[in-house]
Amino acid sequence: MTHTQNHTHSPSVLPHMLATNIIKILPLFFALLVFPASAFSQSLETFEQRVTEHTLKNGWKFILVERPVAPVFAFMTRVDVGSAQEGAGVTGLAHMFEHMAFKGTPRLGTLDYAKEKPALAQLEQAYLAYQQAKFNPQADPQQVEQLRKAFKEKQKAAAQYVKKNEFGDIIEREGGVSLNAFTSADVTGYFYALPSNKVELFAYLESERFMEPVFREFYEERDVVMEERRMRTESRPVGRLLEQFTATSFTAHPYHHPVIGYASDIQSYTMTDAQEFYHTYYVPTNMVTSIVGDINPKTLIPLLEKYFGRIPSSPKSPALRTIEPVSTAEKTITLKDPSQPFYLEGYHKPSMSHKDQPVFDAIDDILTNGRTSRFYRSLIRDKKIAVAAGAYGAYPGEKYPHLWVAYAVPGRGVGNAAVQQAIRDELERLKTDDVTDEELAKFRTRAKARLIYSLNSNLGLAMSLTDYHTLFGDWRELFRYIERFDKVTKADIRRIAKQTFQPSNRVVAQIETASPTPAATPQH
Amino acid sequence: MKIFQLHLLVIALATVGLLATPALSQVERVEQLPYPPLPEIKVPEPTRVVLDNGMIVLLLEDHELPIVSVSARIRTGARLEPIEKIGLAGLTGTVMRSGGTTTRAGDALDDYLEGKAASIETGISTTAGSASMNCLIDDFEEVVQVFVDVLRNPSFAPEKLAIAKNQIMAGIARQNDNPDGIVKREFTKLVYGKDSPYAAQETYATIGSITREDLIAWHQKYYHPNRVILGLVGDFKTADALALVKRVFGQWPKGPEFTDPEVPFQTSTEAGVYYVEKNDMTQAKIIIGHMGLIRMHPDYHPMVITNQILSGSFGARLFSRIRSKKGLAYDVHGGVGFGWDYPESANFSMSTKTETTQAGIDALIEEADKIMKTDPPTDEEVQNAKASLLNSFVFSVDSPGKVLGNFLTYEYYSYPSDWMTRFRHGIERVTTDQVRRATQQHIKPDQFVILVVGPRKGTASALARYKKVHELDISIPES
Repeated sequence: MTHTQNHTHSPSVLPHMLATNIIKILPLFFALLVFPASAFSQSLETFEQRVTEHTLKNGWKFILVERPVAPVFAFMTRVDVGSAQEGAGVTGLAHMFEHMAFKGTPRLGTLDYAKEKPALAQLEQAYLAYQQAKFNPQADPQQVEQLRKAFKEKQKAAAQYVKKNEFGDIIEREGGVSLNAFTSADVTGYFYALPSNKVELFAYLESERFMEPVFREFYEERDVVMEERRMRTESRPVGRLLEQFTATSFTAHPYHHPVIGYASDIQSYTMTDAQEFYHTYYVPTNMVTSIVGDINPKTLIPLLEKYFGRIPSSPKSPALRTIEPVSTAEKTITLKDPSQPFYLEGYHKPSMSHKDQPVFDAIDDILTNGRTSRFYRSLIRDKKIAVAAGAYGAYPGEKYPHLWVAYAVPGRGVGNAAVQQAIRDELERLKTDDVTDEELAKFRTRAKARLIYSLNSNLGLAMSLTDYHTLFGDWRELFRYIERFDKVTKADIRRIAKQTFQPSNRVVAQIETASPTPAATPQH
Repeated sequence: MKIFQLHLLVIALATVGLLATPALSQVERVEQLPYPPLPEIKVPEPTRVVLDNGMIVLLLEDHELPIVSVSARIRTGARLEPIEKIGLAGLTGTVMRSGGTTTRAGDALDDYLEGKAASIETGISTTAGSASMNCLIDDFEEVVQVFVDVLRNPSFAPEKLAIAKNQIMAGIARQNDNPDGIVKREFTKLVYGKDSPYAAQETYATIGSITREDLIAWHQKYYHPNRVILGLVGDFKTADALALVKRVFGQWPKGPEFTDPEVPFQTSTEAGVYYVEKNDMTQAKIIIGHMGLIRMHPDYHPMVITNQILSGSFGARLFSRIRSKKGLAYDVHGGVGFGWDYPESANFSMSTKTETTQAGIDALIEEADKIMKTDPPTDEEVQNAKASLLNSFVFSVDSPGKVLGNFLTYEYYSYPSDWMTRFRHGIERVTTDQVRRATQQHIKPDQFVILVVGPRKGTASALARYKKVHELDISIPES
């Protein structure tokens, strides 16, 4: 359920804009594989015997799973902070911190920390002075230029102490794989896998990086992130559309700004901003780590105590207060773009922890999952107007009220109007006609199957367990959650469809083909 | 101030942590960490059987979950397509499954499989045909009969062929929407030659000319048991699974023996600077390179080390220098590609804002020049690369599914079945000298194709310094 993107046989035009990573990877794809109920009934019981939970005094939670299939383990640290925790001026900062968490500590990534530390402090002073002048409309341009040069000098001075990427390098030299991290609207995740004899290395490094991160190469890395924004958002048609769609959909809630951040913010947030963000949100009570593989909790827990126990307790982070007001007006945006048409429409819905979520999961499955889904059979098979159609079950996040988004990729020579009508017909049908027994049965069977298949990957398992722990307060919900699917009724589906699929609750976004015009690109 | 106070607090608590666990000594530096020896890696060996009809079967038990997964490789590939029917192999691979069989319509097959939460999928790539099946072990006996039916008796239903064609046509219409697709397609054409079967592109015309009869003929030519390697991994006893395979695949009659023609992989290459105008970008995409190697090449192991040093880790040259230090790119990669039975390309690539197009090209060429001449791999770099590859070796064999997949690949491309072990030993033995010599030989700046995709404004000045820039026309022919 946390990964409810269903993609129905698409050419490579689908948006993967929900999260952004330290390095470019293919989006993690949780294959929708499948299973009957009989195989599932004993899962939780047998699985639970392999799980050990441990919470440190400072509040950092660990979920350990013994899975000695091979002498390796993987882990995922899920930090309960995402771009939704950012305010104006610092959009993108959660993601920027994720990048900085690879830059090392006083003991890692430096040639001489005693000299580097004051150099970094001077660098920040110089940057703040430059920035203050830059944003002052009365400032003397010559003075601004001088301050810029002074900043650049300090940047060079600090750079001489950097031992390039030592943090990541050590992990990879010791045999670490899948080293990466991601940031979404809700969450920041860090993960990799190591051979099982390197478990102390993991405990050391993973605690170091969050105990005392050093923000070296901060201003160089801002440029890297800016390139990431250019690549993901600005240079891809669907990237451009989604940024507009998201901003249009949320008027009050911070879900409205992009995870990667606005260009002006990426080019002006500071080390000081990042430090403050770190102190506020990277507190042990916001952290949960799941470690899965060939591990022994008896020897691992003392290591966790030793290393992660070094991190002090901190006050809980402030809760997000803003609630998106009820939508009262339908919104439509059209991007005239030199690319082929693309259509999506989103509907506001409650957060993932709402009691009706299983009904949304059923709707999602019946409409979009596989070749037997209603979207596939209507838009692709029968009407032949689209080549892909699917939904984002939770956009742009799931922790707070968000959108259910249907999309379609029109076929060659087909416009958005045709796919819009076909999508609307299917949504209307859910309001008036009951879904079939077969559709409900298939939904339940496949959910159970998906769960079983997800148990054979250390990393996948670590991710699921931390997701469910954070969203529901208990990793066991990974197994229990689908029991709620058995209680979803046909009447529930009609009720939720009527409640949700209303014009006033809708945001439409589409790309209409404009002929290519020379060089009309955003300015920075 | 806040930072300073926190620092003190950290020290205070670290002390508390120490007292609480006196048995563990404090670690100041990462080098002090102790690593117990890794348990010996036991790579399970699949059982290999050749059926009377010539089909090769590999079986490996995996009892963790009550599931079974079957995957087949079939000797065929899109590189065997006639030039006027580019797209035929891909369509055959798709419609084999979506079109159903002579006794099971495509829609009925969809209903059946999805109702059981099982899957059967087929496809044909450049070098191989594939078919896969996943299901609960309880359904194995039943679903595997459907699987063999799909392989043997596809009906290639016309209405499903129409859907598959629609999808490819839409893909063609959209092929210039995203920069990545343009770079990949045009660079491949430049390196292999535009008429090479490895670079040939579907067009509306080639797709339009493909008929159901073409698909049937393709299937009849290539889909015979003596061209199939079948791999099974799952919660079964090998003897039982083998008996089942013999029962359902054994009646499939052997087909004619023939060898596929050798496909020339390079029809032309012209070193030089190439440009594609794409104005709806705020970056330029740069790729620089030439033909690469195949894995069987004697320099495979040293060049794997070179790739690792260039781009294999966070500390690698391109990442550290072009990304972290210069801030020029988010994605930057480089290395020599190795195909299983044909050379992939060797290339250096990145995306950077248009203003730094020139700096980007220069940085990539500089790194190529350094690694082969002015700043060749050091002993330390080679040792680190070797450590990384050897320490992570266990991940290539950490599940029975992966092991079986590896064996299938070796079998299909006629590699020795101990290729994994040879790889490990090969890496262990590589010397710095070998790495340097191989690098000098296999990175060839005089053969560089330089391709830039980006907006005219911004990139034009960067390209002005080249005597000749070949501008590529990527407009899509309407028919």
